[in-house]
Amino acid sequence: MAWANQDKAAIVGVGATDYYVRGKSWPRTINDMAGEAILKACADAGISIKDIDGFSYYSTAGAGYLDKFDTASLMETLGMPNVSFSATLTSGGGGCPGAIGLATAGLVNEDCKYAVTVMALQQLPQHRLGVVFGASAPSPENSFLQPSGLVGPGHLMSMLTRRHMHLYGTTQDAFGEIVMATRANAHNRPKAVRKAPLSKEEYDASVMLADPLRRLDFCLETDGAVAVITTTMDRAKDCRHKPAVVHACAHGGQREWGRAFAWMGMPDPHFASSGHKFTADRVWAQSGLKAHDMDVALIYDHFSPMVLMQLEDYGFCEKGEGNDYVLSGKIRYDAASQGGVNGGVPVNTHGGNLNEAYIIGMTHIVEGVEQVRGTAINQIKDAEFALVSGGPASLPVSSLILRSA
Amino acid sequence: MSQPTKYGPAKLLPGEQIRITTNPNTEPFWEAAKAHRLTACQCGACGHFRMPPSPYCPECSSTDVLWPELPGTGTVFSYVVCNKNPANGEEYIYVPIVVDLDGAPGARLNANVTGCNAEDVHIGMKVAVEWTEIQDGWVLPNFRKA
Repeated sequence: MAWANQDKAAIVGVGATDYYVRGKSWPRTINDMAGEAILKACADAGISIKDIDGFSYYSTAGAGYLDKFDTASLMETLGMPNVSFSATLTSGGGGCPGAIGLATAGLVNEDCKYAVTVMALQQLPQHRLGVVFGASAPSPENSFLQPSGLVGPGHLMSMLTRRHMHLYGTTQDAFGEIVMATRANAHNRPKAVRKAPLSKEEYDASVMLADPLRRLDFCLETDGAVAVITTTMDRAKDCRHKPAVVHACAHGGQREWGRAFAWMGMPDPHFASSGHKFTADRVWAQSGLKAHDMDVALIYDHFSPMVLMQLEDYGFCEKGEGNDYVLSGKIRYDAASQGGVNGGVPVNTHGGNLNEAYIIGMTHIVEGVEQVRGTAINQIKDAEFALVSGGPASLPVSSLILRSA
Repeated sequence: MSQPTKYGPAKLLPGEQIRITTNPNTEPFWEAAKAHRLTACQCGACGHFRMPPSPYCPECSSTDVLWPELPGTGTVFSYVVCNKNPANGEEYIYVPIVVDLDGAPGARLNANVTGCNAEDVHIGMKVAVEWTEIQDGWVLPNFRKA
């Protein structure tokens, strides 16, 4: 059944700061960067900052890993006269595209007129993600995980990856192809952090951080901010750009995934998955579409194997066939034809978290918007539908389909 | 494809750098560990196992719990080879494993494994519990290749 809110809202503005290597954004503050992203998104939409009356966050309104956004503080510095919607999805980066569904709810409910979703990330030395997990005595719940030395997200993701390799014969060559294929999309992007083409020899020489994962399987650590503005379709028509229509959006997940790699209790086949099957099935049901109806897939790539597992969970290939799907070149973007390779759907035409920047998922939304506007740097010809995913992480994870207007 | 790395012996992380905290739901597990008794949280009403221990049974919502003594053996469900001590960043080969516990279907522990080379750890490998003293007088279940 079609989603009740299908095509009722659209993303009309996107804004971003420069992307800094971890720690290099100082002496800028996190609200400075968030403000720049929000003001740029307003300018992109052709509206005033004074028009913003809604805040739709994710990651429990987190700004990076330790800081928190506060709507009142943002109003105080940016001068919005009033706010009538201020809400967040829970947990972490898995909710990123789901925040657009939350914004849509606020808009359709006529709580607000223009909702902003923002993420800013700044890793000062004391904010390093691995340190966040590893420095203090663990909570009673985490006392069943952290003493094993599983302290960084790479350790955790590696555990799922090893199980996938065991069950399905998945190879590290496929992880390398994911990194190389998306790296090839970053070379012409002025703001991308990693632009140089990557050879298989260079990938194989990358240091093993948590066997089977190499340094290059880990995403970048970036400072910066990204904001997007969502509004109703009638208002979207008056904005500067062609609207990126919110066609389907879902967040959540099932108990068998739950806290996921913070738990490790997932039964097969959920353990060696991305935990996205539930929201994938929901957005396909909401839209009547399937994976291969997508013109481009912006897949959350904090770790390369999780791209492969999402390809399976979204149905780009069958469960367990991600290795062969990836190695047949099907995630590549072909600039000459402005399309896919070997019948595949291009993945992360912006270079993704692995190569362009890691702002906890927001860059994937920006690329989805630019693709359906027709203004992307690595444009897919006549792109109509863009899939955006968030996570994989502790629930909720989320999924979004943007449609060209 | 590159050859698998030869890591050498899989070591346990030093107990003196490990801390835990407890709450009333989890403390019986750790008190049993102090006595070198491996247990898992079992629903007193329907028999379903759950780990970590939590206030309610997710199957039947009962708050009744049992702490049966388990055989102390298990099977490696997955593993990661790590090469840096998280406490100080120094080179240190340790292998976190997810273990399916014998006698407690569905219950798992995350631990280190020792008694073999890191490159020889594999999914399906049988392991037996080995106790590691950690900070504050607590004892942590780790595992040794059986």
